[in-house]
Amino acid sequence: MVSFSLGSIANANTSQGLRDPKVVKREVLDSWLSIDQSGKVTIFSGKVDLGTGIKTAFAQIAADELYVPFNSIEMVMGDTATTPDQWITGGALSISQGGTELRQAAANARQALLERASQKLQIPVSELLVRDGMVFPISNPAQKLSYGSLIGDGFKLEVNPKVVLKNPNDYRVIGKSIQRVDIPQKVTGEYVYMHDFKLPGMLHARVVRPNSIGAKLSSFDDSGLKKIKGYVQTVRKGDFLVVISTTEWGAVKAARDIKVSWTKGPDLPKKATIFKEWRTMPIAKEEVTQKVGNVDSVLNSGAKNIKATYNFPVQTHASIGPSCAVADYKDGKLTVWSASQATHSMQHELSVITGLPKESIRLIYLDGSGCYGRNGHEDATADAALASIAIGKPVRLQWMRHDETALAPKSPPRTMDFEASLDSNGNIIGWKSDFYIALNQVAFMKPLDFPLLAATDTGVPRPGNWVGFLFQNSGAPYLVPNITVNTKHVAQTFLRSSHLRSPGRIENSFGNESFIDELATSSNADPAEFRIKNLNDPRAIAVIRAAMKSSGWQSREPAFKSNQNAKIVTGRGIAYVRYNNSITYVATVAEIEVNKETGKISVKNLHVAHDCGQIINPDGVQNQIQGGAIQTVSRVLMEEVKWTGSEIESVDWASYPIVRFNDVPKVHTVLIDQPGTPSWGAGEQTPTTIPAAIANAVFDATGVRLRTIPFTPESVKLALKEQSVTRS
Amino acid sequence: MTQTTLLVNGKNKSINIDDDTPLLYALRDDLNMKGPKFGCGLGQCGACTVHVDGQAIRSCITPATSVSGKKITTLEGLGTSAKPGKLQQAFIDEQAAQCGYCINGMIMTASAFLAKNKNPSDQQIADALSGNLCRCGTHQRIVAAVRRYLTNSLT
Repeated sequence: MVSFSLGSIANANTSQGLRDPKVVKREVLDSWLSIDQSGKVTIFSGKVDLGTGIKTAFAQIAADELYVPFNSIEMVMGDTATTPDQWITGGALSISQGGTELRQAAANARQALLERASQKLQIPVSELLVRDGMVFPISNPAQKLSYGSLIGDGFKLEVNPKVVLKNPNDYRVIGKSIQRVDIPQKVTGEYVYMHDFKLPGMLHARVVRPNSIGAKLSSFDDSGLKKIKGYVQTVRKGDFLVVISTTEWGAVKAARDIKVSWTKGPDLPKKATIFKEWRTMPIAKEEVTQKVGNVDSVLNSGAKNIKATYNFPVQTHASIGPSCAVADYKDGKLTVWSASQATHSMQHELSVITGLPKESIRLIYLDGSGCYGRNGHEDATADAALASIAIGKPVRLQWMRHDETALAPKSPPRTMDFEASLDSNGNIIGWKSDFYIALNQVAFMKPLDFPLLAATDTGVPRPGNWVGFLFQNSGAPYLVPNITVNTKHVAQTFLRSSHLRSPGRIENSFGNESFIDELATSSNADPAEFRIKNLNDPRAIAVIRAAMKSSGWQSREPAFKSNQNAKIVTGRGIAYVRYNNSITYVATVAEIEVNKETGKISVKNLHVAHDCGQIINPDGVQNQIQGGAIQTVSRVLMEEVKWTGSEIESVDWASYPIVRFNDVPKVHTVLIDQPGTPSWGAGEQTPTTIPAAIANAVFDATGVRLRTIPFTPESVKLALKEQSVTRS
Repeated sequence: MTQTTLLVNGKNKSINIDDDTPLLYALRDDLNMKGPKFGCGLGQCGACTVHVDGQAIRSCITPATSVSGKKITTLEGLGTSAKPGKLQQAFIDEQAAQCGYCINGMIMTASAFLAKNKNPSDQQIADALSGNLCRCGTHQRIVAAVRRYLTNSLT
């Protein structure tokens, strides 16, 4: 681990003093960075650090490309008045897209400074070198000029996308496990999170909403609130109801004690039969995402025909800290401090709700609780904005636990049908799959028109599903001569939906990687070798071999064939993904135990081999792999949102439990670095392999295929019982 | 409103609060502390953990007036980024945070536990932390940080 002193970086963005607005156009170089006379570099990034270490990784990229010391970089992220719009921070695109844009800007800056030095010194650029922010002639290193002395009044240049980038062989900062700049302040209580941000004269607000979806506000009675110390007023706009207090505790109590009458929302589809209902809902469109050969001509023609259906439930982001924002509306201008992953999009989204022109709205990012997609951050941001506009004062609005767990957007459900034919040699001759996915309105580089609660509450219609690219990884990941993959896009989700970590890919890969395992079983093949046999990409094969090696994988009979009478049985399972069928490669081997009496699955070890191209920060990648793996164990074994009628019943940690320390596996990571190749994402990739790896391990241990997540003790016991009935 | 004196990180602080104000809001809003975090207000997640007379307690469900005169320690009381406490340093060394929102609770719970358990097993560490929730999946590094602290304490 390499350590630097980084106070200035960690402090960026945290003071309430706002930076002066500046140019933010993507094509203008000064939008991306500035250098002061002392050589200090400020990077302006539209991407934000959601707790993944991107602030540190971006500073590494910029430092290397600029040839400046890492600790001379200050990062400003997600301020709409000073940073270029790099689209939302999501899709694990921060490094691959955001980092590439930043690298290009930094290379342009270096080139411009070299040219200025060349003019000043009357020496051609080719005879100059740059090191630690100093330009000097190769022939005379003493004749050096600092960046600070060359910068003058800024760059005043367009970004040239064809600029020559630094040769990766010359990287000095990229590839090092530099410690994260934010952690020292985060472990000592110094870091200013969104929740810690205060403005002078700020009032506290809580929003009041029922857990019933679609309920409308009939009436409210706030007469009892006047005895609450600090209580100021209640604000109503349509179905939007907010209580305001001078103290935070006063606002909490007012929200608790206010008497509100709500109409009952229409019944949601029945939870118990949701996967059946999901496939019968109106389909907006069908798309063939992959077509090879003619699958219909070969299905049922081989030695074996295999069918299976897999289901993935509605889940939620379940952030530890309920979302929070501070808004200040003054003189027709709205300033909002927000933990949103999409501050630039929120400029547009708030404009629609408030009626203010986009130019009058500024958002400044501050770190919130991890979001893993679009959680409640954006809703709380809009709630705070409406509250501040209503009372004309700065307002801090924080959600309560039930707001975040019950009412933040959810991942849509998923059901997937698979069918394949094997010939008598165990070769896959046909593969057909149908994915029932939610229709998506999110488009790359466009702002969202998300159905924020503040929008629907105040009568601004926001239909549609803003859920991300759910078709991704639906394609068969293996070489098969005849393939048809269909996606059926359900027009409207029944719960407000958004992207949740690895949207679409985690569900699709659960289906694909469970099904390939079923085919391996039908061919009496080793599941790992069967995958390798049906792949020809060396990097794909390399991650699978690396995961096998880490776990000591040897071909053998399935474990359940020799452990029939044991109460606790063990098994192993493998899964592989190439994310989006185009970027990062991951293979995971899961080692698990199943208690056949209680139905409890314990995931003991996860061996994750990971190739995301050139690694910027190995420890940062490892942190993302470990976190993604552990979080997904929780999603696979425990998590589903529950409801009855229109009422969401998952409201807190008792009703939406997540994994605890005692049930956390040991994650073994194998990083495969590819210097000189493009850098790809590392946040969303590992999770896509975990569900099938666990399901396949359960099959190895018990001979039972689990095809519906979550694998709770009850569902495992039921599956084991059905198996014994089938056998007897 | 009640005039209450809280002894926080070795200093007496006098504040005016509503009688039933949970300690969490007194610390965050009246005393401008940033360590303890609001996570659930129900005592379920541990993000708000502080020490009262050496015990790790949930400040979101503890009335501030009930701990007047007792010794309250927050995350800020264990060290600063310039001079971190030994357990805080172990968290930095292991890079044991992602979003970091739960980390206050992890460090405060672990430090109260470690004060009474000099040589715990990994299972005992996991048991001690099992009431604290982390959503980013940082568990493995958090346990490694506690383990590193113990190793450093032996040498």
